[in-house]
Amino acid sequence: MQAKRDVRIGKDLVAASAVPLVLAILDEGDSYGYAILKRIDELSGGEMEWTDGMLYPLLHRLDRLGYVEASWDSPQGGRRRRYYRITSTGRTALSDKRRQWEVVSDALRNAWHSFQLVAPAPLSGTGEG
Amino acid sequence: MQSAMDPSIESQIREWKSYLLRRRTIHDVDVDELEDHLRTQILELGAAGLSGSESFLIAVKRIGAVNELSREFARERSSRLWKQLVLAGDGARERSGSEFAGLLITICIAIAAALAFKLPAAFGINPFDSGSSGSSNADAQASFYLRNASLLTLPFLIGFLAWQRNLPIRVIALLAAAFIAAAIVINAFPFDKGGDTEALAAIHLPIVLWLVAGVAYLGGAWRADAPRMDFVRFTGEWFIYYTLIALGGGVLCALTLGVFEAIGVDVEPIISSWVLPCGAVGAVVVVAWLVEAKQSVIENMAPVLTSVFTPLFALMLVTAILGMALTGSFIDPERDVLILFDLLLVLVLGLVLYSISARDSDAKPTLMDGVQLVLVVSALVIDVLALAAILSRITEFGFTPNRTAGLGLNVVLLANLVWSAWLLSAFLRRRRPFSDLELWQTAYIPVYAAWAVIVVAVFPPLFAFD
Repeated sequence: MQAKRDVRIGKDLVAASAVPLVLAILDEGDSYGYAILKRIDELSGGEMEWTDGMLYPLLHRLDRLGYVEASWDSPQGGRRRRYYRITSTGRTALSDKRRQWEVVSDALRNAWHSFQLVAPAPLSGTGEG
Repeated sequence: MQSAMDPSIESQIREWKSYLLRRRTIHDVDVDELEDHLRTQILELGAAGLSGSESFLIAVKRIGAVNELSREFARERSSRLWKQLVLAGDGARERSGSEFAGLLITICIAIAAALAFKLPAAFGINPFDSGSSGSSNADAQASFYLRNASLLTLPFLIGFLAWQRNLPIRVIALLAAAFIAAAIVINAFPFDKGGDTEALAAIHLPIVLWLVAGVAYLGGAWRADAPRMDFVRFTGEWFIYYTLIALGGGVLCALTLGVFEAIGVDVEPIISSWVLPCGAVGAVVVVAWLVEAKQSVIENMAPVLTSVFTPLFALMLVTAILGMALTGSFIDPERDVLILFDLLLVLVLGLVLYSISARDSDAKPTLMDGVQLVLVVSALVIDVLALAAILSRITEFGFTPNRTAGLGLNVVLLANLVWSAWLLSAFLRRRRPFSDLELWQTAYIPVYAAWAVIVVAVFPPLFAFD
């Protein structure tokens, strides 16, 4: 993934967290691309910035992996829109990812704890995450 | 939602769309989806008070540069999941300097393997010299190599893998013990000269030792199922690379012979007693290094090969079954014919196993999985027919080493094929995930090892070394 301008959270981190985030949002209920991005914005307090378009290749990948199912919904007189629904495989993957992320965030929390103990100069609490 | 927008915005959207459509990697449906996104965004920005063209510009910018988007779609459409899996001690990711050092060490191990293979010549065992063939001594020498070829070669492959994987001493000792036990069994048994049990043991020993090498490949972690698939993949890739190198080596040797014959020098003794055996043995290690280091090259070849040969083999087997049904002729229980069918079944199973290992296990059922089911089911039919032929032979003439080995092999394959066919059809009906089939195949690998061990170690005494 190419580095891009004006992102608050690094591209790598966004890419790594994208799959569990999207799956978790779809676990709340079926959704479509634009609404998923809105929800990510809400959940991260606007701190996680995506290039909107990049969501779609990702959704594609999730579809190919069988984590989500896509279907077109065309309401009367409206534009057709592609909806995504999480599958049971997707839920399994989500709980796996969740466990992995919990390990990572626990490890980080512990690391920061000792970091603050050791660091002589009190850095204003940037470690909160 | 209604798509009534300012005509100038509409034309801008159309332009943007046609620009996207020119990218081959972004398909029509993707463009439709992105257009929906763009329109929703424009409407929302418009509702927040921005003008139409302002909204359009911001929305387009937020979707992102078309180049990057199409690259991302291309990546998604071409990349395979297991490419991203990194094996423990993966040589491919080292720096080029250490890669060169790795190559040097590999070549040293390969040369050592070649020399070790020729070591028996120092004790007068050299069946590769064409001059001495025919005598009974030459037969004994040939039988020594027949039995010991894999014992002389595979320790070096294991050495290479042990070096790559940093195997703990405990595991190395275990592997060495397995080799020593095999060496004792195969050399201490008083085989009858030219007997069937000797030939059977010589055929099955490399299988046992190859699976022992698999333990080294897996860094000693052979109990886990998932890494075993990596070894299956390694085996398939090793086989393909080895075949390619053997073909190239054969052409080289033939040309060398021709060239030196033209200038009146007979190099045939050198080629047959040194170049061919040393090359064949050294290649075992070099090919293993190639598979490890140049993994990405073969990764692109494996799916192509399996998708070419799976339908062809399926077609061949179905035609054979139809032929048998139409002519009414059963499998002739001749020894050669049965061996041919066993070989065919083993090859089919290898193909199935390899295509399973090359497949993305999370992908949905495809046409190729249907073809695979046809292949497995027709192999099953052939297996049952061969089994019936062997059984009829056995009831008529009694047990012999060859028939018993054939019977056992067919039963081992039958069990695998039946359950594979069931799992594959359940997968096609979306009742079971593909990973069940993977799990079944990897869990079955020890059965092959056990059967091969039985043929090597139990058959000879059972049939009085006949």
